[in-house]
Amino acid sequence: MNVGFFIDALVTVIGVTTPILLAAIGELVVEKSGVLNLGVEGMMLIGAVTGFAVAFNYGPDLGDFAPWAGIIAAGLAAAASSMVFAVLVLTLGSNQVATGLALAIFGIGLSSLIGAGYVGMVIPPFSQIFPDSLATDPVLRVVFGYSPLVYFALIMVFVVGWFLNRTRAGLVLRAVGENDGSAHSIGYPVIPIRYAAIAFGGAMAGIGGAYFSMVITPMWAEQMTAGRGWIALALVVFSGWRAGRLLAGAYFFGILMTLELYAKASGFSFLPSQFWASMPYVMAVVVLAIISSRGVAGSEAPACLGRPFLPNS
Amino acid sequence: MSLVTRRNFMKTAAAGLAAPALLRQASAAEPLKIGFIFLGPIGDYGWTWAHNKGRLAMDAALKGQVVSAYVENVKEDASAVPILKDLAQQGNKLIFTTSYGYMDQTIEVAKLFPEVKFEHCTGYKRADNVGTYNSRFHQGRAVEGTIAGMLSKSGTIGYLGSYKVPEVVLGVNSFTLAAQAQNPKITTKLVMIDSWFDPAKEAAAVQTLINLGCDVVAQHTDSPAGLQVCEQRKVWCFGQGADMSRFAPKTQATGIEDIWGPYYISRAKAMLDGTWKSDDAWWGFKEGTVVMSPYNRALPDNVKAAADKVIAGWKDGSYDVFTGPISDQSGKERLAAGERMKDADLEVIDWYVKGVQS
Repeated sequence: MNVGFFIDALVTVIGVTTPILLAAIGELVVEKSGVLNLGVEGMMLIGAVTGFAVAFNYGPDLGDFAPWAGIIAAGLAAAASSMVFAVLVLTLGSNQVATGLALAIFGIGLSSLIGAGYVGMVIPPFSQIFPDSLATDPVLRVVFGYSPLVYFALIMVFVVGWFLNRTRAGLVLRAVGENDGSAHSIGYPVIPIRYAAIAFGGAMAGIGGAYFSMVITPMWAEQMTAGRGWIALALVVFSGWRAGRLLAGAYFFGILMTLELYAKASGFSFLPSQFWASMPYVMAVVVLAIISSRGVAGSEAPACLGRPFLPNS
Repeated sequence: MSLVTRRNFMKTAAAGLAAPALLRQASAAEPLKIGFIFLGPIGDYGWTWAHNKGRLAMDAALKGQVVSAYVENVKEDASAVPILKDLAQQGNKLIFTTSYGYMDQTIEVAKLFPEVKFEHCTGYKRADNVGTYNSRFHQGRAVEGTIAGMLSKSGTIGYLGSYKVPEVVLGVNSFTLAAQAQNPKITTKLVMIDSWFDPAKEAAAVQTLINLGCDVVAQHTDSPAGLQVCEQRKVWCFGQGADMSRFAPKTQATGIEDIWGPYYISRAKAMLDGTWKSDDAWWGFKEGTVVMSPYNRALPDNVKAAADKVIAGWKDGSYDVFTGPISDQSGKERLAAGERMKDADLEVIDWYVKGVQS
């Protein structure tokens, strides 16, 4: 047991946590505006395939810029797909749960179709951003050795937390999510604000998806996110719609999953593997129960979450 | 690109049913129709991809004599039943169901269509018109184990598994026994991730194995994620289901390729000449359904020679990795010295050999 061992373990934790954190922080903003978008899994996959396709096709032309272009394209493509959802639920007033599930299924199918030609292809991983002297140093790599997306995810947690709690625009967004009728009556543009929130959530989900296809495993395979979009959704509830708790919850999940792998590989077979696999979910239930018993969590859900807003009806 | 989704397929099926008269006029000169149902998408670069390659090999080898159709993304639940019925009603005379979870559905539909022959992959329920087939992938694991035993400097090798099913247990045991034949002190660290396909978790598990000191890692999950990690960490690894060297050009030592073509061709031929009968086929190196990928150029010659010797031994029957004495994890002897394990015992194995750390 030395420092390197723990740093290696931390690298694994960060690898499993970052994509969930990216998607969840986007969904947090969407839900704060009063919209429930269950299509995170689909948007992540659209981002994953778009990011890979751009980095793969334009890699030779763009060189070092190719992964950045891939990430930007992933965000834009997923945001575009979220706009389909937005038109349906905001302008046409359709049911958010059903439409969100449809978006998830649509994203899975569309990404498989786009990705059919990319199965079995590889791109260089979008890993470190700092020079080798820092990024591969045995100790300093704990700070400098990651993909830019890891830093981006952490920065976004603070930006979103600051935006929601410390800015006027964030206050308006929360007002729209808490009481859309009142916000509308004092002149705030409820629908445009929600459009913007959904687009932001889509972009973050897409970037989270691209983390799979460009950083962890630089390749494309159908449904490679393997259900992380649903975990991101659960995480938003788990966090009680707070950015800080979201960060803690995401790392809590990542640490539990990594511990499971370490426990198995170290020979702790007295507990069946299904037990370890269920731990994150069991712990989620336990933590939720504790939070709600203190009478906090229930009050934190945006009051208009999932309700269509049709001012003229 | 011909993409047959389940929905498209239903449309075709409906069109086929609308013209039953045409089907009845089928003459002897018409090619034999053969159907397949697949678990995943044919683009999964894994299990389904390999089965589809086998189907294409059969089409090419028996051009003009057979035509094949397939349905992909078929769930292992009751929804497989109407799809199988449709395939049978469309005039497919031989139908391959290519995943374990189709077992009961295959038997159920086979009862309704006694004149149609069914072949179920990896199952154990048979009937007059239902046969089963599988491949001895553990033969390839012994080749990987031999290489791992010779290459490992730390004496600790890793195995990324999916579920504790006989197929995976056989792989772990075969890999470990073959490695121990080269270096008796070898231990195998085993991680089951409770999934066949989850690239992020596969990558995390392989990182964990390497962090805990494994310097050779084999995997029994479908995505190439583990190989990409091994390439980055400069650890020897093995392809799964196909040659995955493009994911780990420097560190894939070799890989087990699933080759179903020879089997599909032989069964189609048996249908054509009327000799098909229900059978339990378990093919391997000898019959050509298990093939090793080309060795990595950086492998030392003595390692390649030892691996070749294992392959040759499997082919001529002089080698069997499951030859006693074999003890389980607790040290209890499970197979006496000199004995070979019977197929019936291999098929249901649920214990790990000594040296496996799980």
